[in-house]
Amino acid sequence: MDAITAVLWLAGASFSLLAALGVLRMPDVFMRIQTSTKASTLGLGCLLLGAAFQVADVAWVVRLAAIGAFVFLTTPVSAHVIARAAYLTDVPLWAGTVLDERREDAGRIAAAASEQQPTGP
Amino acid sequence: MLDTVEQIVLVMLAGGLLVTFARLALGPTLPDRVVAMDLIGVLAVGLIVVSAALTAQQALLDAAIVIALIGFVATIAYARYVERGHL
Repeated sequence: MDAITAVLWLAGASFSLLAALGVLRMPDVFMRIQTSTKASTLGLGCLLLGAAFQVADVAWVVRLAAIGAFVFLTTPVSAHVIARAAYLTDVPLWAGTVLDERREDAGRIAAAASEQQPTGP
Repeated sequence: MLDTVEQIVLVMLAGGLLVTFARLALGPTLPDRVVAMDLIGVLAVGLIVVSAALTAQQALLDAAIVIALIGFVATIAYARYVERGHL
């Protein structure tokens, strides 16, 4: 095993462990999505690159690149979809959240609509 | 020394899996569990890739590809279920 593989694998394993710890420790579901998506993508990228350096064979590198491309493309999509589902089903935000623009906009639109109600015939 | 690195990497990945299983058990909401399942899939792919490279078993990589594919589709299906209440 090369030194470069050792360094990449240690970095990848560290990022994967940090993603898992973030999922356990973060206070609400949106922060958990944030940590798990970013850190696990970077960690898996490092692990795949280390494996490609370890086994420099065409069949291996093609498969590793396929896994990497697929995960890099699909992880943001699944994170977006599950965050959207969580927000639309009113999963509670963290108590210290300071900004929820979508809820503010929804309240403003509802207030404007109730002002423009026709009064009388 | 490099044997030590292999051991450390495998133990770190397995510890990450354990910690994520704790979140899967704790919840508290369904989206939390879906996020934990998604992360378990990604960590399992990483673990399989490392062990495939260590044991020179190329067939394990195909299993990693399948787990990555199924994890994505499962997350999309779960999100659809959370949002609409049915599939």
